[in-house]
Amino acid sequence: MSEMRRVTAICNGTVIDHIPAGHALQVIRMLRIDTNRSNPVSLVMNVPSDKLGRKDVLKIEDLELSQEELDRLALISPHASVAIIRNYGVAEKRVVELADELVNVASCTFSNCITQNSREPLPQKLRVVSREPMEVRCYYCGRGQDLDEIVENIL
Amino acid sequence: MSDVVTMDDLTNKEIVSILDDAERLVPVAKGDVHLPLLEGKVLANMFFENSTRTRMSFEAAMKRLGGSVLNFTSVGTSVAKGETLFDTMQMVDGYADVAAIRHPQQGAAQYSADAVGIPILNAGDGAGNHPTQTMLDLFTIREAHGTLEGLNVVLVGDLRYGRTVHSLSHALVRFGATLTLVSPESLRMPEEIVSDLREHGADVTETVNLDAALPDADVIYMTRIQKERFPDDDEYSKVAGIYMLESSDMASAKNGMIVMHPLPRVSELHPSLDSTENARYFQQAFNGVPTRMALLCRCLGVKVPKKVK
Repeated sequence: MSEMRRVTAICNGTVIDHIPAGHALQVIRMLRIDTNRSNPVSLVMNVPSDKLGRKDVLKIEDLELSQEELDRLALISPHASVAIIRNYGVAEKRVVELADELVNVASCTFSNCITQNSREPLPQKLRVVSREPMEVRCYYCGRGQDLDEIVENIL
Repeated sequence: MSDVVTMDDLTNKEIVSILDDAERLVPVAKGDVHLPLLEGKVLANMFFENSTRTRMSFEAAMKRLGGSVLNFTSVGTSVAKGETLFDTMQMVDGYADVAAIRHPQQGAAQYSADAVGIPILNAGDGAGNHPTQTMLDLFTIREAHGTLEGLNVVLVGDLRYGRTVHSLSHALVRFGATLTLVSPESLRMPEEIVSDLREHGADVTETVNLDAALPDADVIYMTRIQKERFPDDDEYSKVAGIYMLESSDMASAKNGMIVMHPLPRVSELHPSLDSTENARYFQQAFNGVPTRMALLCRCLGVKVPKKVK
């Protein structure tokens, strides 16, 4: 059975495919779908994939992801494919591209970084220093970021 | 940009050129030659954390070149009232031509450099970087060995929290140094730094054994185990005093090997070492003056004359 048939097609919204297996819940948290929105969400985990072996898929109804949200997604799921669905058809495919610098996407996870003072007004900045394997550092303090912890620090 | 936040802000060519400038400025640093290159310029010494040598040598450097200094400590200022670093630095931007900043939080120097228009010299940010110290360390190494190329350097002690060794190791591998990192397990060099060093093609060995590393060393760079950076006293007492050098240890050293230390020392260098030919840490402390003179001139766009007399 195809993984797409495991949940029903959506009328309008976003389908995020090719999420690394087991990471769909992190994606939901990163996109703040769990706290800030009431959109219906269908989630499929650990289904077979030619490209990834196993993968997760998310279908979010009545929400079209913005570029800023795609940037966030890139942090934990840089190879995800995103389709914008309108009236049951794919209206647009969007590519997730990890920028070299992530501005105000997530705050530094290091407890002694200058940016920990929430009253400091300059933006949070993370630098992507390597893509394979993924390595992200704080622009200010230079500390390597634990990608699991970053999910907790999404702005 | 003329900020110096990490050693990445300087190319190898710039490093050598600044060291050459510093060398010519030694008579000025000693007060033997009067050369008011920075007359009318103001340095803000922004020290949010304690310092003896860095602060004083910045001040000496600026004053020997005819400039003046505004000294700032966080005690008794608006910082104690909760002022942000951003706001404090806005004020400095209006009062001074250049600022040296030391701060307990990592990233504070880069943050300041982004917050203001005047050049920022990082004088130590938490456990991050201390590039002006690195410049005087390189000056001291070159003074002793005549070169920075291809030396065997042993870094000892607190490599985890020690910002001087973070900046110095980055710079040394750019000049082809072989590095031996000697530390207790709990104070090893941060992983991202070791990986950067190896990416540069550096030959890096990590060990807990100082005795084995000593005979091949051209430079031994000792550091203090920094009590103030430990979360609790128990953790500190497990590793305090683990590495010590005294004059008798010099018997197994190579000819010309030098012992350096950013100071202050606690017990890691026995006073018996002070009178040996190997000891360079007091000379190293003096070298902070000509090196910081050269850095201040660079930041302010002032050329150091080819002949200083």
